Amino acid sequence: MKTVDARGLSCPEPVILLRKAMASKESAYTVLVDNAVSKENVTRAAQHQGYKVSVSEKDGEYTLSITR
Amino acid sequence: MNLKGEKTGIILAGLVIGVIASLLVLFGNPANMGFCIACFLRDTAGALGLHRAAAVQYIRPEIIGIVLGSFILALGKGEFKAKGGSAPMTRFVLGFCAMVGCLMFLGCPFRMIVRLGGGDLNAILGLIGFAAGILTGVFFLNKGYSLKRSYQLPVLEGAILPAVQVVLLVLLIAAPAFIFFTEPDGGPGGKHAALIISLIAGLVVGALAQRTRLCMVGGIRDVVLFKEFRLLTGFAAILVGCLVCNLILTAVTPGTYFKAAFAGQAVAHTDGLWNALGMYLVGFACVLLGGCPLRQLVLSGEGNADSAVAVLGLITGAAFCHNFGLASSADGPTANGKVAVLLGIAVVAVIACANTFFQEGKKN
Repeated sequence: MKTVDARGLSCPEPVILLRKAMASKESAYTVLVDNAVSKENVTRAAQHQGYKVSVSEKDGEYTLSITR
Repeated sequence: MNLKGEKTGIILAGLVIGVIASLLVLFGNPANMGFCIACFLRDTAGALGLHRAAAVQYIRPEIIGIVLGSFILALGKGEFKAKGGSAPMTRFVLGFCAMVGCLMFLGCPFRMIVRLGGGDLNAILGLIGFAAGILTGVFFLNKGYSLKRSYQLPVLEGAILPAVQVVLLVLLIAAPAFIFFTEPDGGPGGKHAALIISLIAGLVVGALAQRTRLCMVGGIRDVVLFKEFRLLTGFAAILVGCLVCNLILTAVTPGTYFKAAFAGQAVAHTDGLWNALGMYLVGFACVLLGGCPLRQLVLSGEGNADSAVAVLGLITGAAFCHNFGLASSADGPTANGKVAVLLGIAVVAVIACANTFFQEGKKN
């Protein structure tokens, strides 16, 4: 499973990083972001690609588990 | 996440914002200028005496409202977060350059849409340049352009720009002698809706833009980058809302709020090449900033100190534009303004290259 650390980055960078990571066509990814906009954008992008997304939040940081 | 509900939300928000932009002209704002972030920051800079162009001096309550609307909603939703430290000086310069482009065209991307909604065909040339500028920026994004990460900061850092808006509101109401106000018939700065109307309009637009993440630059950028049409839908909804409301106002009031023509448009010129090049600079600079001037205001309200610095860049750029004769007028662009736009494009290109191809510790 690949992890993309996009904390501190703002749109559209987290989505670009995820898409680059997705080139490897793995079945699961973890994305770390630290703002609501990036959380929404990454979720939307992953859903568009047919992935399921679950989000957990801790101290203002979000961990997105992205799975097929 | 409900994707369909999200889309309906942004369409409704766009329509409301478009209608507000149209109505503000009815209530007294300059024609085709219900909203213009660039013009309004410029007017505010003038009111504070940062430039002395007597025709464009007024503390615009719309700006105050947008920042505070975003601030209040972000606080309520738990999204207010003081952060910054992602290339602040670079963002200042990008904001400065974006303003040079805006004042060549005479409007920010938001006003470009409002001008289209009023039938100003010059804005089509602006839109072409704007899209080309965004495409240029997207090229660099795809190659790895980044201004690096931001960090959490003390709350005060994120609260300063919203607090400054409160100070500006006090200055506007108190109107002390050292604040400059354009005479009612002295130019665009003298034309404005009543304070309370402008302020409420700003608050509503700021709140809606905060919720929907509306961004004129993001609209075209996301379609090119990700084939993601959400933000562009909002962009289109503003145009529709504004256009329809303008047509209705033209039909039911004595005034003309829609006139499809190149010549004779309010606060606009007909030099197509420079309208396009000005907006090219805006599109390019704003993609590198991560959002249009409206979005920078909204992010500032959410506590983003980097965006607040970009706003300071926009304000400083506006002051320089009027102090050095860079801003266009209804007569067309100035020679100084043309040089400044070309220099601005060069500066933005250097920033793009430096943060794409010459990053320290770049991982591939």
